[in-house]
Amino acid sequence: MRTLKNVVELKAVGMKYQSLNGEIPALDNISFKVHEGEFVSIVGPSGCGKSTLLSIVSGLLTPTSGSVLVKGEKVTGPSKKVGYMLQKDHLFDWRTITQNILLGLEIQKAVTAEAKEYAEHLLETYGLKGFGHKYPSQLSGGMRQRVALIRTLVTNPEILLLDEAFSALDYQTRLAVNDDIYEIIKKENKTAIMVTHDIAESISMSDRVYVLTRRPGTIKSCHDIEIRLDKRTPFNSRKMPEFQAYFDRIWKELDVHVK
Amino acid sequence: MSSDRFDSATVSQKPEISSEHQEFLRKVRWHKIMVRFTQIFILVLAFGLWELFAHLRIVDPFITSQPSRVFETMVALHQQGVLLKHIAVTCLETVVGFVLGTVLGTFLAIVLWWSEFISKVSEPYLVILNSLPKIALGSIFIVWIGAGPGAIIVMTLAISLIVTILEVLNGFLAIDKEKIKLVETFGGTKLQVMTKVVLPASLPTIMNALKINVGLSWVGVIVGEFLVSKAGLGYLIVYGGQVFKLDLVMTSVLILGVAAAVMYQGVILLEKLLLKRRLNN
Repeated sequence: MRTLKNVVELKAVGMKYQSLNGEIPALDNISFKVHEGEFVSIVGPSGCGKSTLLSIVSGLLTPTSGSVLVKGEKVTGPSKKVGYMLQKDHLFDWRTITQNILLGLEIQKAVTAEAKEYAEHLLETYGLKGFGHKYPSQLSGGMRQRVALIRTLVTNPEILLLDEAFSALDYQTRLAVNDDIYEIIKKENKTAIMVTHDIAESISMSDRVYVLTRRPGTIKSCHDIEIRLDKRTPFNSRKMPEFQAYFDRIWKELDVHVK
Repeated sequence: MSSDRFDSATVSQKPEISSEHQEFLRKVRWHKIMVRFTQIFILVLAFGLWELFAHLRIVDPFITSQPSRVFETMVALHQQGVLLKHIAVTCLETVVGFVLGTVLGTFLAIVLWWSEFISKVSEPYLVILNSLPKIALGSIFIVWIGAGPGAIIVMTLAISLIVTILEVLNGFLAIDKEKIKLVETFGGTKLQVMTKVVLPASLPTIMNALKINVGLSWVGVIVGEFLVSKAGLGYLIVYGGQVFKLDLVMTSVLILGVAAAVMYQGVILLEKLLLKRRLNN
């Protein structure tokens, strides 16, 4: 059963960007909590400040008002507790897969024999055994995305932030990688916050979905996703009848107008 | 974990070479041979005609020189024991100027990348220095540094440095911001952003700058030698021109051509070595 320990807490977070033409309010009064082991998604129209929100949680940006607590501590900068997954895998083509995976540890000056072993173990567990000495260009898109996740996991963060992490993949690969990444996150028992514009993706993977309004982004509504499956996977979730109901509700909330 | 989806990427069987493929390979090989043959043929033809026309007095060898006289001049210079000295002086000046230009240029590009303030402040100065014909500075260098290899190397630097800075800085700025963000999400410092992403990602740009620099360094050295030197291939060219010994001028120019080509090939080799992994993929 879910322990209701707050891992991430946002308190009235607001963000304004300054420019010569004036102030651009990106986020306004965002508050929510994420419990341990939860998978939470944030969906919203493009330009609503979704990615800004993740940058704030990761500590890369400082909010202009409000605060973020990670495990009870106020976020002031990038933290080892938080791992970030970007839209593209951004594997460095001059590094082997193993060297790519060790990037975060190198930066944190934490490359140890144990860490290397753990990296090797992760590669093996997630179907990349024997690929350590290959270069990124020799891997398929799905494999690269898994390598990117392992690169984040090796630093052992408790919270994963996924910033449109699958949008660079083609549709089929995307569905497959959704399942892969979901399984890995659950197996490693990580808390995850995902930002996406893909409603189906958010429902299929999440325990909860927050819908943001147009800029300045505020929380419009919150949807607890309950899919009655014994062993839930994103792909199977998509086939459930409740999935469609959630989809319709969130679609209406998003209020998408094609101009 | 369903990794079998990706198995097609892992299987790399060598298929039997079909006759069509053999035919294709044969054609490619033949094409390469023809290109190389024609290249050599043009060279031999040019030198042959040059020798022939000079021999038949269709052109005046006193003005045009001729291959056999070039060869004799080379042997004579060698017997006087000065040929290698002149080559060595020029090559050394070029290599020093080239290495200094590249290292200093890359370093200054790093400084400009690091501090947007310095970058903004220096922008108009860089623009002016870049468009200024550097040869105009020759007299200043001679007066300041003295007539000698020092002034020549500074001349070389003057010609290649600004281009290197601009080229490398552009490479730095073209790097995907998300790659930099990735390093920052791991808590990376600016120095780590530099060493983990910006420099390695810019290696191809830096190699390109090197290639441009090789040519510019030769220009700088020869211009420098024209102005001040007492030795070197540039000195021989100027001296030969002044005393109307075209044999000496032609000999020096030909040696210069070979030396420049060798150095350029050296850079290509270095590039291949450094970027081997990336080019292979």
